Amino acid sequence: MRAAVVVFPGSNRDGDVARALRRSGAEVVSVWHADTELPAGTDLAVVPGGFSYGDYLRCGAIAGRAAAMDAVRAHAARGGLVLGICNGFQILCESGLLPGVLMRNVNRRFICHRQFLRVERTDTRFTSAYTEGQVIDVCVAHGEGNYFADPETIQRLEGEGRVAFRYCDATGTLTEDANRNGSLNSIAGIYSEQRNVLGMMPHPENFVDGLVGGTDGKGLFDSLAA
Amino acid sequence: MKARIVVTLKTGVLDPQGKAIEAALKSFGIQEVSGVRQGKVFDLEVDSDNREQAEATLKAACEKLLANTVVENYTVEIA
Repeated sequence: MRAAVVVFPGSNRDGDVARALRRSGAEVVSVWHADTELPAGTDLAVVPGGFSYGDYLRCGAIAGRAAAMDAVRAHAARGGLVLGICNGFQILCESGLLPGVLMRNVNRRFICHRQFLRVERTDTRFTSAYTEGQVIDVCVAHGEGNYFADPETIQRLEGEGRVAFRYCDATGTLTEDANRNGSLNSIAGIYSEQRNVLGMMPHPENFVDGLVGGTDGKGLFDSLAA
Repeated sequence: MKARIVVTLKTGVLDPQGKAIEAALKSFGIQEVSGVRQGKVFDLEVDSDNREQAEATLKAACEKLLANTVVENYTVEIA
């Protein structure tokens, strides 16, 4: 597994996601936002979390149109894997790789806490190391994670089984309290039509080492590197 | 020529910032306001002597970057 992590001015989780990927056995290189192509042999392009371009205009708006994103779009069109986490998810939505948009959290606060997620399906390249319906304990840290799309898009995502993760409580139940950013249908992550692109707000890369409180995020990187 | 682009949230899209601003206005004793929606204004200059062409350029700017048409509408005014 060869992974390329795209770094924008203001990215700050690129190091963590690279470390998580390496731990699971992937080979990782960095790609600068102005680069026009991904290294030959790239299997997975990663758009990491952070505050690209200071969140100016809209979160992910400027990064979504960067030169490197043209390369990521071409990679996705060839069937290549793409993972966007947090600001990376916002960037994938702004770049047109995923539908919808991440709006300001409904409670108007930056939320930063442990978060349970329900794994909706395990027959994808991102989640094969989990079990269906498994509740994983990771964390969220964002001000704009409120997933929104028009009703037809939501219906299509649900009908095609493209919801990857949902915010839930410890038992896997979807509650209003567990969905603090106000996302439609408690959506925490979605797949592209071909399921080769995944965008998610929570941070699995924070929980790959027991030393920092949990390892439930490791399954995602193990799935990818398998 | 000078131009102004106004980007607003589409009807029905939740605007937590607008709600917070409305609540703040009310707390300052300005009770008569309601339905506050926050938007963005861009003032810019377009290098063109043809209004139609300038309008097309500004619309392209909105579609390409300034507005996210999933949740936002935009209007273009040329001075």
